[in-house]
Amino acid sequence: MGRYIIRRILYLIVVILVVSMITFGLMHAIPGGPFSREKALPEETIKMLEERYHLDDPLWKQYVDYIYNVLIPHFSTTAPTNSLQDDFLVNAKIGNVWFRWMNFGPSFKSRSRTVNDIFRDNLPISAQLGTMALIVALVIGMPLGILAALKQNTPWDYLGMGVAILGVSVPVIVLGPIFVWIFGVELKWLPPTGWGASPPYLLGFLPSELGWEFFRYAIMPSIALGLGSSAIIARLTRATLLQTVREDYIRTARAKGLQERLIITRHALKNSLIPVVTIIGPMFAALVTGTFVTELIFGIPGMGKYFVTSITNRDYPVIMGTILLYAVFLVIANLFVDIIYAYLDPRIRYD
Amino acid sequence: MPEVLLDVQDLETQFRTSDGIVYAVNGVSFHLQEGETLGIVGESGCGKSVTMLSLLRLIPSPPGKIANGKALFLGQDLLTISDEAVRQIRGGQISMIFQDPMTSFNPVLTIGRQVSEPLEIHLGMSHKEALNRVVELLDLVGIPNAQDRINDYPHQFSGGMRQRVMIAMALSCNPQILIADEPTTALDVTIQAQIVELVKRLRDEVGMSVIWITHDLGIIAGLADRVAVMYGGYIIEEAPVKELYSHPQHPYTIGLLGSLPRLDRKQHHRLTSIDGLPPVLYEKPHYCPFAPRCKFAVEKCRKENPSLEKYDTSHYLACWVDTETGSER
Repeated sequence: MGRYIIRRILYLIVVILVVSMITFGLMHAIPGGPFSREKALPEETIKMLEERYHLDDPLWKQYVDYIYNVLIPHFSTTAPTNSLQDDFLVNAKIGNVWFRWMNFGPSFKSRSRTVNDIFRDNLPISAQLGTMALIVALVIGMPLGILAALKQNTPWDYLGMGVAILGVSVPVIVLGPIFVWIFGVELKWLPPTGWGASPPYLLGFLPSELGWEFFRYAIMPSIALGLGSSAIIARLTRATLLQTVREDYIRTARAKGLQERLIITRHALKNSLIPVVTIIGPMFAALVTGTFVTELIFGIPGMGKYFVTSITNRDYPVIMGTILLYAVFLVIANLFVDIIYAYLDPRIRYD
Repeated sequence: MPEVLLDVQDLETQFRTSDGIVYAVNGVSFHLQEGETLGIVGESGCGKSVTMLSLLRLIPSPPGKIANGKALFLGQDLLTISDEAVRQIRGGQISMIFQDPMTSFNPVLTIGRQVSEPLEIHLGMSHKEALNRVVELLDLVGIPNAQDRINDYPHQFSGGMRQRVMIAMALSCNPQILIADEPTTALDVTIQAQIVELVKRLRDEVGMSVIWITHDLGIIAGLADRVAVMYGGYIIEEAPVKELYSHPQHPYTIGLLGSLPRLDRKQHHRLTSIDGLPPVLYEKPHYCPFAPRCKFAVEKCRKENPSLEKYDTSHYLACWVDTETGSER
C-alpha cells in the first residue's frame, strides 16, 4: 500500500507536466495577450511590461522557467525579498538555509497580488464552501437513495427520485437567487451575500472560528451548491443498492435467517458504496477548487471566478495556477478514492 | 413409521416478466421424512430451485409470487406464517446451500463473520462464542488451519473450500432439513466427490434430512433414498432410488438416464441425448409439457396434461404412454 501511494504521487508529477504543457500551449495559442486592450497601450509600455514579465523570452524558455519556479525547490542563504516576483507557497528556514518551493508567479491582472495570494486567501473559502456542499450532498443524497431503493416502486421511491430529478434539473443559477430572495431578502433569516470567515485561517484553510457567525453565511450557498450533487449521489446509491440486493450473497444472508435490517446494513451497504465513492472523488475536486456561479450569486470571495476571468484576461500565471491546482486536487482525490476502495473491498490490494 | 417433516402440497410459483407471466412451478407436491434424503433432478429451468426457494420464501418478490399451495413443516405452513416466524426457521431448522460458492459469499466480510451469523441469530451466542464454534465447524468440514482462516475473506479460499465453508455455515445450527441446491455443479469432479462424501458423513452423524437438487443423476444414485424428477414445473416421476434407476417409466427419466454413462451395464451402449430445451411456460400447459420433445408422444399427450398417479408401490408417474409397448396406457 505504501509503495502504491508513493508510485501514485510520482505519477502526479507526470500529470502536472502533461497538464501544464497542454495548458501552456493552448493559452499561448489564443489570440491576444494579457496587455491587449480595446484602447491599445503604447508600444513602448507593452514592451516594458513584456520585458518585466519575461514574455519576450522564447516560449520554451518561459515554460522551463515556469516549471523550474513551481516544481523545483529553491535553497538560498540570503533572506527572501518576498516581492511579487519572489513569492513562494512553501517557505521554511532550516538552520541558516532558506528552503522555498512553488512560486506560481504574479498575477498580470491584479498587479499587487500573486497567484499564491489567491491560493492563500481565496482557495480556503472555496474549500470551506465545497466541503460543506459535499457534506450536504452526502447527508441528503445517501439516505434518500437508500430509502428509495428499500421502498422501490412505492411513493417513498417516487418522492425521493422526484426530489433527485429536481435537484439535477434546477441549477444553482435558479436555486441560488430563489434562496437569496426568500431567506435573505424576504424573511431576513440569513445574510444574502458574503462569507463568514477571513484570513488568517487555521492550518491555512479552516475558518478560525466555527460558530453561528460562520454557518449563517454558509448555509444557503452550501445547500444550493450541494443539492445538485446530492441528486446524483441519491440516484447512484439507489441504483447500486438495488443491484446489490439482487446478489447471490444477499440471498445467502436471507437463507441464514438474518434480519432485514442487518442484511442491508452489514451485507448490502458496504458493497453498494463502491460506485458512490468513485464519483465522490472528482465531485470533491470540482467543489473545493471553486464554483464560479455559486460564488458569484452569493458574493463569496472564493477561487471560482479566477478560473473564468483569468482566461478572458489572458492572465497566464493565474490560468496555469488554477488549472494545475485542479489537476492536483483531482489526482489526490482519486488517490483517496483508491485507498477507500481497498478499505471497502478486501479483494482490492495494491501491491 | 418415520415422521413426515415436510409436506408440500400443490405449490405454484409464478414470475411476472415483461413478456407475461412465467409459470415456473405448477402444483408440486412432495414430502420428506425424518432422516430421509430426497433427490430432485431435472434439466436447468425445470423449476427445481424455484420450488425450494419458494418453500423458504426466498423468491424475490416482485416479480416472483407464490400463487398457491402449502408447505407444512412440523405442522405449520411455511407459506402463511409471519415473516418473522419464517426468518427464525431459515438457517435454524431448515438451511440451504447454494450452487455457486463464488457468488454466494459476501466478498467484503470475513468468513468468520459470515459463518458466525446464524449462531448468533438462532442460538443467541455472543460473537466470541460463535467464533470459537466456527473454528470447530470449519475443522469438521475439513478446512485446514481453521483458527487462522476465520479472518480471511471468501476470495482467499478455493471453490471447493468455499463450498465446505458454506456447508459448515448451513449446518451450524443443527438444522432438521438441509436443502442443497446443486452444491457441486460449479466444482471440479474430484472436489464434487469430496463434497458429496462430506454431506453424506455429516448427514449420518447429525441425522438430518436432506433435499439434494441436481441435474446429475450420477450423484443422486449414491446419495438419495428417493428421487423426484421435475420437468416444466411439474414432478413427472417419483420413486425410490433403486426403483427409478432400474425401472424408469417416464420418457424424460429414460432420456436422462440414457445420457448417463453406466458402469453396471455389460455391453457398451451409446449415450443418448434429448433433443430440444425445456420450455419456458407463459401459460399453464393443457398438454404434457414434455410432449414436444418426446419420442413416444401420442395424440392424447398433446391434448391433456397427465397428473402424477400411483404407478407401483411408492412409484409415481405422470405419463399417458407405456414406454414398453409404445401405446397409450
